[in-house]
Amino acid sequence: MAGKRKKSDGEEGGGGEDEPVIKKEKTKKEILPSMIKNKDKRSEIHAKLQHQKKLDKRKRAKARDAAIKRALELGEEPPAPKIPRTIENTREFDETVCMPDDEELFAGNDADEFSSIMNRERTPKILITTCRFNSTRGPAFISELLSVIPNAHYYKRGTYDLKKIVEYANNKEFTSIIVVHTNRREPDALLVMTLPNGPTAHFKLSNLVLRKDIKNHGNPTSHEPELILHGFTTRLGHRVGRLFQSLFPQDPDFHGRRVVTFHNQRDFIFFRHHRYVFETKETKQTDSKGTKTKDAKDKVSQEKIKARLQECGPKFTLKLISLQNGTFDTKGGEYEWVHKPEMDTSRRRFFL
Amino acid sequence: MQNDEVIWQVIRHKHCSFMAKIETGIFCRNPYNVTGICNRSSCPLANSRYATIREHDGVFYLYMKTIERAHMPNKLWERVKLPSNYEKALESIDKHLMYWPKLLVHKTKQRLTKMTQMRIRMRKLALKTREKIMTTPRKEKKREARREEKAEKAALLEKSIEKELVERLHNRNYDEIYNYPFKEYNKLLEMEEMQLAVVEEKEDEEEPEIEYVEAGDDLEAEDDIEDFGGFVMDHIHTDDDNVGMDEDDEEAEPHSRKRVRKESAAASKKLSRDGSGAKLKKKRVLVEVEREDADGRRKAAQDVA
Repeated sequence: MAGKRKKSDGEEGGGGEDEPVIKKEKTKKEILPSMIKNKDKRSEIHAKLQHQKKLDKRKRAKARDAAIKRALELGEEPPAPKIPRTIENTREFDETVCMPDDEELFAGNDADEFSSIMNRERTPKILITTCRFNSTRGPAFISELLSVIPNAHYYKRGTYDLKKIVEYANNKEFTSIIVVHTNRREPDALLVMTLPNGPTAHFKLSNLVLRKDIKNHGNPTSHEPELILHGFTTRLGHRVGRLFQSLFPQDPDFHGRRVVTFHNQRDFIFFRHHRYVFETKETKQTDSKGTKTKDAKDKVSQEKIKARLQECGPKFTLKLISLQNGTFDTKGGEYEWVHKPEMDTSRRRFFL
Repeated sequence: MQNDEVIWQVIRHKHCSFMAKIETGIFCRNPYNVTGICNRSSCPLANSRYATIREHDGVFYLYMKTIERAHMPNKLWERVKLPSNYEKALESIDKHLMYWPKLLVHKTKQRLTKMTQMRIRMRKLALKTREKIMTTPRKEKKREARREEKAEKAALLEKSIEKELVERLHNRNYDEIYNYPFKEYNKLLEMEEMQLAVVEEKEDEEEPEIEYVEAGDDLEAEDDIEDFGGFVMDHIHTDDDNVGMDEDDEEAEPHSRKRVRKESAAASKKLSRDGSGAKLKKKRVLVEVEREDADGRRKAAQDVA
């Protein structure tokens, strides 16, 4: 009796999955396989369900293909392909996302600490130092950073307090300080401070690959690089983006064809440093003459301009741990944003 | 009854729960021990008359134990607060342990010295900033690493960078090309080579002529030399109708002038002198020209002509 009953329940559950019509009738009686206590039975029902799902999926795919084929034959537009669901698509709604026509944002930008550098009143001058105990990979990384960021200077740490260092830098008219922190013989964290009393951002550094470890790496020149900041959507992200922007001079030298990228994806900021080249993808007609690349694009629709990249310089990943208003002061400082473990609970929520 | 010797024998040879044996010696973990070493004279359990110094909240206390109170463990240890001044504390110890065995007094004073030094050091350190060591749970580290990897895959960095660059190129309407299409560059170099060869020949021919024909040929020769320097620039110069004045036929190439920039003035000179395709190897050579020079030379050419 019991066996019979379970079977029928299982079938109902399976049946419910299949046909949506019947599902409505049977919603009250639907039993998930996980509610069956008997392991053999449960696994059997589960396997059946999975098989059913697979068949359904295949059927749907076939139907879709047939529809596309038919549409092409008839000359109509094939039905649009479905958009796959990604984490970025399904990101939780965040009200601090910057809109393009946000007056407040622009006003905020004008009044914030970076505005003086953005307006080219001050040229960025960076002080790079380390934590007290330096390690194997630290110096190599620092020398690469020096080559990436123009107008950067390295000073040894000694045992000065960070606050003293901030004072010293202020006297010498630096615009930012970067502190590279090492842990277990690897650079681990980056502290970026804007002076005179600018925000302090604490990043966790991971996946560092030095220039010599990159295959086919290029050697950067000393032209001022272009900057690409991608994926900074919210207000906080925007602020962090401007922080990075303030490290680099505002008048890039396009002849140098150097680009530094900070790409934010799911709260991880990827740093890349490339040299690039534009190339036209040639077709038969356009064996041309010296049309400029942008004209070429207008000429024939088939000819495209592509950029090709060669990686040079280090690549690493940053994750924001905390953003503090004012220079480094853990005890008395006012934090704008701090990462707490409870923020990680949702996989669809990002802050930058 | 208290028999210290018996106690010591039993403790030492059987088992003492305060004893800690390591490579370098035997130590006593009893909090009332003066020296910290497991010794017949340092063991607080095996000596009925004993004194020690202990610290609480930065204040030092002298603890004393006598045989008269051996049967009252609750009231065994007598505690005296020592003054914070080091010398005064020493005097106080002297006073309290006046007729006690010298060894014990000496050891107590040593302990006081050591603890005073420790206290000074702790106070100094508390003023300095120290790095606080925080722990990261393993689970979080692993989770972050996993998420980072997936984010990197989802990011499609190269594609997005390339897209952005191409977009910027369109939006900016550069009035100077900043990257030269490779084939055209090669052609240009070849043309230059040929021209250079031609010019060199011409120079060889004309030099003997210069000797007996004065004005006209001189000018021509000069013109040629000017153009030799200048046509490289003119090649490069953009909306210059003046360039048309050059008489070299090869100059009027089917493809219009392009701007070519060199990486440095030195490199440009090299290129024009050598005319070699050595630069061909580097795909990314930008050939630049310094405007002032070009202008100067062009002007000179004009004047001469």
